[in-house]
Amino acid sequence: MDYTELDLTDSFVELIRRAATILPDDMRQALGKAKGNEKAGSSAEGALDTILLNVNIAEKNSTPICQDTGTPIFEVSYPVGVSTRMLADQIRAAAAIATKHSYLRPNAVDIMTDKNSGNNNGEDFPTMHFHEWDNDSIHVDLLLKGGGCENVSTQYKLPNGRLHAGRDLEGVRRAVLDAVNQAQGRGCGPAVLGVAVGGDRGSGYIKSKLQLFRKLEDTNPDETLAALEDRLYEETNQLGIGPMGFGGETTVLGVKIGVQHRLPASYFVSVAYMCWANRRASMDVALSGETMEANYA
Amino acid sequence: MHKLTVPISDEDIRGLHAGDTVSISGVIVTGRDAAHKFMIEHFIRSEEVAVDEMELHEELKRLLNGSVIYHCGPVVKQDEAGNWSFVAAGPTTSIREEVYQPEVIKHFNLKGVMGKGGMEAGTLKACGEQPAVYLHAIGGAASLIAQSVKEVLAVYKMDFGVPEAFWVIRVEDFPAVVTMDSHGVSLHTTVAAASAKKLEALLA
Repeated sequence: MDYTELDLTDSFVELIRRAATILPDDMRQALGKAKGNEKAGSSAEGALDTILLNVNIAEKNSTPICQDTGTPIFEVSYPVGVSTRMLADQIRAAAAIATKHSYLRPNAVDIMTDKNSGNNNGEDFPTMHFHEWDNDSIHVDLLLKGGGCENVSTQYKLPNGRLHAGRDLEGVRRAVLDAVNQAQGRGCGPAVLGVAVGGDRGSGYIKSKLQLFRKLEDTNPDETLAALEDRLYEETNQLGIGPMGFGGETTVLGVKIGVQHRLPASYFVSVAYMCWANRRASMDVALSGETMEANYA
Repeated sequence: MHKLTVPISDEDIRGLHAGDTVSISGVIVTGRDAAHKFMIEHFIRSEEVAVDEMELHEELKRLLNGSVIYHCGPVVKQDEAGNWSFVAAGPTTSIREEVYQPEVIKHFNLKGVMGKGGMEAGTLKACGEQPAVYLHAIGGAASLIAQSVKEVLAVYKMDFGVPEAFWVIRVEDFPAVVTMDSHGVSLHTTVAAASAKKLEALLA
């Protein structure tokens, strides 16, 4: 196959549409279950009820679940021979088309002029990472990360005296609990927490966001981390912050932790706080067959 | 459920308490970061309003009197005839406007500030004095909320960009929760105090 003729622009538009308008099943189920756990007639129950109604309307009308369609983050796996510069151009073109269709809000603002570019194209915008792999196909994961929850995402440098958090997993636990308490309702909970331990300040934040691609039912292959994820899920929900910070039983819907090697001098805990609108979508394009149809998930 | 119609009376506002559910009908105006900075710099703290901004100032005074400012940067659509409609219109985080909000409430005689995440002492105090309330819309419920936006009547300061412009909208049964009332009570303070106590126990 001649990879230079590959044009996935339309498929990227469809991927963006799906991410912006269809909440993944696992999130929907978790929100439904959460509603059942809240006190009847409470603002927390009302908030979840509104959220679930909204999710249905957005899918039915193909309109954005949330008007803040966030930073589009593309993680692209591709085989040898495919030009990533070409794919990047197609992603940028697709972002502009998706904006025209109102699947995305114009969301890229120039720092120097303060002008909105109007088409979700800009310096380092959208975010894209490319990973070469051995498969004869292209796989794309897309996350739309809203600004409200991004603003309450945070990074800790351990040890931390205020939290009595040392350089170990107990220290990580303390940092994550503090992050959720600090966020209160400002990040549009119930949240999913992507946590990265280690790395540097840059790689740690990226790794923490990558955790958000994991499904809620996904169990960490590392038993110790799996246990910490479960414990943090239980404990963050004891904080009582509740949906939207109205108070209630559901503060967090899932905790996912990844680790990276660190420098001897550093011990970072990066917390990506994701709002209930955890908008992720993926697609696979087989390059070996006669046609190049994209399959979405 | 309290039904509020713009212009909202002081009596209605005094009858509201943190935790109450409300639905709002009437003409309200969106305004977020750029809009608040603009109102403060050009209308409120400036010695005089520039000639070419006077018309907008008067129009906003008329529209906001007894009404609600909504912290929102919508997704919009324009049809071939040039008419705008709201596609997605959930609230944005309000706290960024805390430094401006008390003055904006007073200057325009606002009865409500709507957004998400709550605000702090300055706004709570202004709510008590005006009187006004802070209304918490459901963050992210953008498609549902857009359905309660029946009409886009005007847009000002489009040069701020779509999310940051002033959108004048007519809403019907717009759902929200009062989280800061005119009696000095903030649900955000109550919840934060309780969670801080719980956190202390978990970290003991």
